[in-house]
Amino acid sequence: MNGLTFDIAHVLAGSLVLISFMMLYQDRLFALINVFALHAVVLALSVAWQAYIQDAHHLYITAAIALVFKAIVIPVGLHRIIQRLGIHRDIETAVGIGPTMLAGIGLVTLSMVLMLRVTPEADPLAREDLAFALSIILLGLLVMVTRRNAVSQVVGFMSLENGLVLAATGAKGMPLVVEISVAFSILIAFIVIGVFLFRIRERFDSVDIGALDDYRGERR
Amino acid sequence: MSGFSFDAVTAILFIPAGAAAILAAMPNYKMTALVNVIASLFTLLAALSLFVTDRPAPGQYLLVDDLNIVFIVLNTFVGFTTSVFSASYIAHELETGRLTAPNLRFYHAMYQIMMFGMNLAFVSNNIGLMWVAVELATLTTVLMVGIYRTHEALEAAWKYFILGSVGIALALFGTILVYMAAQPIVGEGTNAMVWSVLIEKAARFDPALLSVAFIFLLLGYGTKVGLAPLHAWLPDAHAEGPTPISAVLSGLLLNVALYAVLRFKLLLAASPQAIGPGPLMVTMGLTSLIFAAFMLYRRRDIKRLFAYSSIEHMGIIVFAFGMGGPLANFAGLLHMVMHSLTKSAIFFAVGHIAQVKGTQKISEIRGLTESHPGLGWALVIGVVAIAGLPPLGIFMSEFLVVSSTFARHPWLAIPLVFGLLIAIGALLLRLTGVAFGEPRGGMAPVEASYVPMYSHLALVFAAGIYLPAPLVAWFQHVAGILG
Repeated sequence: MNGLTFDIAHVLAGSLVLISFMMLYQDRLFALINVFALHAVVLALSVAWQAYIQDAHHLYITAAIALVFKAIVIPVGLHRIIQRLGIHRDIETAVGIGPTMLAGIGLVTLSMVLMLRVTPEADPLAREDLAFALSIILLGLLVMVTRRNAVSQVVGFMSLENGLVLAATGAKGMPLVVEISVAFSILIAFIVIGVFLFRIRERFDSVDIGALDDYRGERR
Repeated sequence: MSGFSFDAVTAILFIPAGAAAILAAMPNYKMTALVNVIASLFTLLAALSLFVTDRPAPGQYLLVDDLNIVFIVLNTFVGFTTSVFSASYIAHELETGRLTAPNLRFYHAMYQIMMFGMNLAFVSNNIGLMWVAVELATLTTVLMVGIYRTHEALEAAWKYFILGSVGIALALFGTILVYMAAQPIVGEGTNAMVWSVLIEKAARFDPALLSVAFIFLLLGYGTKVGLAPLHAWLPDAHAEGPTPISAVLSGLLLNVALYAVLRFKLLLAASPQAIGPGPLMVTMGLTSLIFAAFMLYRRRDIKRLFAYSSIEHMGIIVFAFGMGGPLANFAGLLHMVMHSLTKSAIFFAVGHIAQVKGTQKISEIRGLTESHPGLGWALVIGVVAIAGLPPLGIFMSEFLVVSSTFARHPWLAIPLVFGLLIAIGALLLRLTGVAFGEPRGGMAPVEASYVPMYSHLALVFAAGIYLPAPLVAWFQHVAGILG
């Protein structure tokens, strides 16, 4: 493989991990969403680059979905929802930023050690993409567990899903990638924004998941 | 795909999909309930015809073999009986105003889409397609769990959605890793995701990569199975959704995820240097069993009680498959079938009980055998069966699990039996209160169809007394495939 193409792919995938880290310390919803939009743009670039170097034209569709849907439509929609709900206050993080960052570093180390160790024979680009992708997935999970707000959990889930798309495009010649990215987009758009947020709004006047915890079938 | 002109497999997939489209367009709720039942019946008939018709050769996307026929027939059978139960349950919900007519249109369409997703997961020969199908089935159930739109239902649906998505994501990552492991051997493209191709060549895959992939798949699909550290969505989703959905969740959806785990377990078993899937599954199974057994004691909600009982039984089943070997696999398969039948019958009874009593709180339901003998005794039989007491079917399968464990790893049998006994205690304790004593709560007569639950219970009873030889032979054969 040509050194430059490899380096560019490497830089793009690495930036995704970096942007995932940036999500960890955002304490405003708008800022979090903007960072997510950046994440999606870099993902689109990365996927497009993969499409170019693998000569896999269908991946351009995935890149376009990432760019249009995740970098523009969803963030704009989320901005609107947040304004309408009037929740552009601070995010209530369940864990402090310091420990979260440390946990994030630990997770990235873990995924690097794990993935690089089990894939010594794989194609070096796919191998590093996989390690980066696992880091992004784990960081996305971390965003989800350290936030109590439904919107930021959704953002965490979407960044996690970006990691999956990175892994799928990195695996050379993998079928169904486009279908999977379409399925995920539908999942996010349909379920999360359409159904849940409006219903949660309707019933609780809040998208703080903590409000949901107050009632459980078996509390006395 | 040339072999699939019009055959049973096509019918199994197209009937639910077509029915969903029709149901979404039908305004009249009585008709939709009927169409739902009819569509489910035809799907069942199509599934049964798999036994007699020629099987299509495995294609790039679809596959029918001896293993998945068991799952498909069980799935469509419980799907059919649940649709019958659902018709009478839903009519009552409409009367009390908990659901409206547009809700029902949505509900029935979703029911068929869910059946489509589950059937697709079973017949898929492509690990990517299987993932998509499991995701589809999960999403439809998320929507149905939230259908009452109460605080609790929304919390349950949200929790289910979030945990389910994480599970889905991990499973997809595992699927990608399997592809990565297969790609150098099988070559790029669709073939490297076709299960029947993978299983032939699995011995040459990179064992380390395959092992890591299995861990992700076990965690991902294990979330769906409801295994212990990942089970948190399950009790809520069971308790807050409509009861027919609780029945299909416990009876069917957990099996779908289990089936996915089993397929990948086979893949791993074909690669000699990869980690053994057995110990992982045994550990998760035992943890789920013992954890759920203790959790049974503190339940105040009757649907939650049986949801924990489902975790317990999925633990036993995963344990049995983790042990492996012909006898344990046979026991696991039998237990899975018995559990599906019994648990859905229990949920049918519980659904009607909750409707006549107007509550799901265990403390407010008393003396059912006196006030509603038909329901009360069905519940008694169901709980006796699910607790694993003789002479019903689950006793036999649990006995086989325990005895095969004793024969091979006696020390593992200790926690297993311990968990089983704890669970029996909890279930019988709750049962005596609910079924016997002075009747309390609503006394209105039930307008229920008893056929679905009693037919399930009759099957479970018959299986406990006598298993027909062809069935035993079939199960032994499948247990042999499972290795």
